[in-house]
Amino acid sequence: MSSIKVKLKEADLNKIKEICKSFDNKEGELINVLHKTQEHFGYLPAEVQEAVAQELKMSVAKVYGVVTFYSFFTMLPKGKHPISICTGTACYVRGADNVLQEFKRQLDIEVGETTKDGKFSLSCLRCVGACGLAPVVLVGDKTFGRVSPDGVKEILEQYKD
Amino acid sequence: MDKVKLTIDNKQIEVEKGTTIYQAAKKLDIEIPVLCYMNLEDLGIENKPGGCRICVVEVEGRNNLAPSCSTEVWEGMVVHTHTMRVINARRTVMEFILSDHPKDCLTCAKSGNCELQDMAVKLGIREIPGQEYAEMSEYKVDFSPSIIRDLDKCIMCRRCEMMCNEFQTVGALSAFHRGFEAAVGPAFEMDLEHSPCTYCGQCVAVCPTGALTEKDHTRDVINALSDPTKKVIVQTAPAVRAALGEEFGMEPGTSVTGQMVSALRRLGFDYVFDTDFAADLTIMEEGTELLDRLTKHLNGDKEVKLPILTSCCPAWVQFFEHNFPEMKDVPSSARSPQQMFGAIAKTYFADKISVKREDLVVVSIMPCLAKKYEAQRDEFKLDGNPDVDFSISTRELAHLIKEANLDLNTLPVEDFDKPLGESSGAGVIFGATGGVIEAATRTAYEIHTNKKLEKLDFEELRGLDGIRSATIDFDGTPINIGIAHGLGNARKLLEDIKAGKSQFHAIEIMSCPGGCIGGGGQPIHHGDSSILKARTKAIYAEDAGKPIRKSHENPYIIKLYEEFLGKPMSEKAHHLLHTAYFDKSKKIEIS
Repeated sequence: MSSIKVKLKEADLNKIKEICKSFDNKEGELINVLHKTQEHFGYLPAEVQEAVAQELKMSVAKVYGVVTFYSFFTMLPKGKHPISICTGTACYVRGADNVLQEFKRQLDIEVGETTKDGKFSLSCLRCVGACGLAPVVLVGDKTFGRVSPDGVKEILEQYKD
Repeated sequence: MDKVKLTIDNKQIEVEKGTTIYQAAKKLDIEIPVLCYMNLEDLGIENKPGGCRICVVEVEGRNNLAPSCSTEVWEGMVVHTHTMRVINARRTVMEFILSDHPKDCLTCAKSGNCELQDMAVKLGIREIPGQEYAEMSEYKVDFSPSIIRDLDKCIMCRRCEMMCNEFQTVGALSAFHRGFEAAVGPAFEMDLEHSPCTYCGQCVAVCPTGALTEKDHTRDVINALSDPTKKVIVQTAPAVRAALGEEFGMEPGTSVTGQMVSALRRLGFDYVFDTDFAADLTIMEEGTELLDRLTKHLNGDKEVKLPILTSCCPAWVQFFEHNFPEMKDVPSSARSPQQMFGAIAKTYFADKISVKREDLVVVSIMPCLAKKYEAQRDEFKLDGNPDVDFSISTRELAHLIKEANLDLNTLPVEDFDKPLGESSGAGVIFGATGGVIEAATRTAYEIHTNKKLEKLDFEELRGLDGIRSATIDFDGTPINIGIAHGLGNARKLLEDIKAGKSQFHAIEIMSCPGGCIGGGGQPIHHGDSSILKARTKAIYAEDAGKPIRKSHENPYIIKLYEEFLGKPMSEKAHHLLHTAYFDKSKKIEIS
């Protein structure tokens, strides 16, 4: 998994300690700790994983194993407007892949990456429970239904600011 | 204990509740094929992730097939281990595994000793359907000083992960990603060299395929032996002689010291020496250091660091440098026997035969992979020239002997050369867990009390329990001794020392199960712990048969001090035979 190098600030480290402590520094709470940590930092760079491992007294290899196993966790910062394309069965058969390809082309990034200006990031997810609107695209909290490749440009334009 | 009755292949058996189908079948002499499963019974090491699905069996009343290694039996269970449905499923599973496995068996280091290869033979695999469409996983090969990781060959049995985390508590390896991208490695897919890996090699010792192998130095040795301008000498570690025979079809526990010596001589080594000589030297230095610290302690010195910890095992040294750097002045400063041998060979012995340091090549035969790394440490070099040039494993030596068309079974028994080939029984037992501290006790007792030891065998220090302890009476002074093998066990003793709870005066630590006889460079045991026990027995038998069994009585050790070193812990001894340790812990940087 590609990653970026960061240097933690004292306050960041204290935040990680606080999160771990709220779960009694238990190794078994790793997934919950990672959820909270990602919620705070937006992503889980290597240095954050190292700090979590230290607090929970477990190996950083194990932490990395969990981070890479669950697709929800990411080691790259999300864009200001994270775009998620549903590639669940219903969306897929209604052309989600073509929509995805169009997003990749327009943004010039791959799935899991963020545009250079930090505005957009691209990810795939499996079923948001709105199959009647397939194919579905989420931008931040907003849901777009029945998206076609032609409609991609229009969606992106709404976030031009 | 509750009992459960069940039927396997029409045979009835009663077993304890909690037993798995695989274990119950084994009691009936029904061998269910397994791949990811591994059990070193005597050491309490078991791997049963139920991941590979080779061990599936049919259970009446259950729809799907059950993995026998991880399914517990129940009352009245009826199991069939070899129905056509089972055989078909096993073949399919195997075909899937092989569809994502390289087919370069011809040049694979594990060829002929590979559990995956054996399984393909057993299951009669002749073709791999869908091969032309299957995309293979590809990973970067990772070369470290001791271990090579070629994850294309990994079958995700996760034995290495279990050894690294549960037994050793090193935590260098973990499974990551999922599906085809899944693999086992260090955090962030860094190289082993940058991870907390100790190079203990236990991952290699349990790997069923060629995914984890030793860094092979046999070509370097052949090149040195063919170079007429070089004098090439060899030292052999104690545990090697107790296991090498296995590679030549001998029963585990067959001692092949004399045949090994003649094989090495026929390979062309100019002098065949023994690491056991350096083990005796280690006892002189480490034992003196122990007595020195002990005397200070008994005289009321509060600053003195006790317990003293042994420092022969390079993986253990790596372990405390990474995990307990604040305690780096607690272990003995004595170098390991391999390095003591190298230092003496390239000074004292090189002078004796009038050969320049750079023209003398020192090869070591070790049961260990960490020794390869140790030999390359900067502290053990002079102007870039290492004290030990190449360290090869027991397995690599077996390859060399076979390549030279020699057969250990038919070679004569020969003796080591003098002076660095003479050793005591105390040097020999370095190969088994508890041996170093037993050897040290034999010498320290006699030096401290000025009395002759009546009984040389300290049975209380022997055995396979992970942590052992004994109190030895030093003529009125009780000395508390601790022993740990396996770094997870060592960690427990270290935590006690850190917390100020340790009652021990001296502790021996070895990284591998059973000590060096279970090292990462030994013939592959394939999960059979009776092999480790047999090797241990061979080590103690060799000690019992030696005319000299105490390090300080080795005449060539006495001569070495008279002619060259002066006395133990002298300035010269300090310079050549002792070392310092470093803080290798990873600190979290904050800005």
